[in-house]
Amino acid sequence: MNYQWNFAAVFEHTDALLHGAVGTLRLFAICLVLGLSLGLVIGLARYARHRLLNWPATAFVEFFRNTPVLVQILWFYFALPMLVPFEISPLMAAALGISLNSAAFSAEIYRGGIQSIEPGQWEASRALGMTGLQAMRRIILPQAIRRMLPALTNRAIEIFKMSTLASAVAYVELLQQGKLIASLNFNPIETYSVIALVFFVFLFPLVRATYALERRLAKGD
Amino acid sequence: MAEPLLRTIGLRKSFGEREVLRGIDLSVAPGERIAILGASGSGKSTFLRCLNFMEIPTAGSVELGGRMLGAERKRRDGGIDRVYAEPELTRVRQRVGMVFQQFNLFPHMTALENVMEGLRTVKGVKAPAARERAMAELARVGLADHAEQYPARLSGGQKQRVAIARALAMDPELLLFDEPTSALDPELVGEVLGVIRSLAEEGRTMLLVTHELGFAYHVATRVIFIADGEIHESGTPDEVLKHPQRERTQAFLARHREFSL
Repeated sequence: MNYQWNFAAVFEHTDALLHGAVGTLRLFAICLVLGLSLGLVIGLARYARHRLLNWPATAFVEFFRNTPVLVQILWFYFALPMLVPFEISPLMAAALGISLNSAAFSAEIYRGGIQSIEPGQWEASRALGMTGLQAMRRIILPQAIRRMLPALTNRAIEIFKMSTLASAVAYVELLQQGKLIASLNFNPIETYSVIALVFFVFLFPLVRATYALERRLAKGD
Repeated sequence: MAEPLLRTIGLRKSFGEREVLRGIDLSVAPGERIAILGASGSGKSTFLRCLNFMEIPTAGSVELGGRMLGAERKRRDGGIDRVYAEPELTRVRQRVGMVFQQFNLFPHMTALENVMEGLRTVKGVKAPAARERAMAELARVGLADHAEQYPARLSGGQKQRVAIARALAMDPELLLFDEPTSALDPELVGEVLGVIRSLAEEGRTMLLVTHELGFAYHVATRVIFIADGEIHESGTPDEVLKHPQRERTQAFLARHREFSL
């Protein structure tokens, strides 16, 4: 155990790491918004009684839950361009794979959260003369979101970490830049240590912030 | 008798194989207060819930203000079903208020916001006007000083009074009470019954499913006893509660009086 650690060689490439961090954050933001909002739509569709809404949503969830994200990203990058008349960039392939996968998982969170609200809340809303959509928007979702927040936070953290899978199609994000630095300097030990630490530095405050948000939303309970 | 506000004709409701309501005919005139009694499982709550379409009747029809609700649809076997379109039901529910056994207040809103919600979301009333109206309703049930409390901070009796204010804010022509005091501790029953009695004194039309026989006797203009999904006996409070003619009504009342003072 007399390895000589040398982090200086990693920090010579700080600009490359920054570049990667921007790429990670961009992918994270896209996938968070797309994944969680598409998940809501699909989750509501799964809750719908109508078969035309329910069935495709269920098929979507099962398909994307039961195939690996990495395979999806590779498929979108290499196979999808054969089927569509436009180029697929690494960002598009990665965003598609991660967003659709997150949509599938978060759809289940939304569905579970909505189903956990007492039927009496629906009844009271309907008894006032609300439409189903009004009841959902004003009464059910605000309560359900609160209950779903811990699970949705976990989803966000997963999305952040899944962004590293984009390196498989050479999208410029933290891990991709790390691989580059490691292969230039032959120092994978230090480089990957730094990458892991950077992820922790990003994610830890995010998690703390959501705890604070949960406490704020807990009013009235 | 005046033109009925509400009328049911042969109202039936089945849950799967189980027939809960077996044809109920009832006419409610404006200003009437009808207490609905019956053993648990008799169908009395289901009947009430059919009147604002929390449950969709399986057969029969409901008239509100002289207009028959729903539309006819021919079945394949030649029979006729009534179907109810969602927009019609939301309009009906605005005219028929309901108070639930379990209150069903919205826990993420204050008492005031609970009462404002129907005005804002359903009637599209602007916030200041809705607030003023909601405050007036809270004052009517004696809870003006609890307007900013969340339901979790209110007692059962206070919750139910907020729920009554919430229903009143919509200006319903008819109020349905589904066992409004059954979930309350005994010492809280009085404050809720007091509010309901004051509404009765204003001449509001109401249907009340209850086990409070004394309250029914003093406040109702008519009492109906439901057994096996049918109106078994009906009449003035004195007729039904003091001089019941039919055996099952007598047995029901005897069971209720068994442990009374």
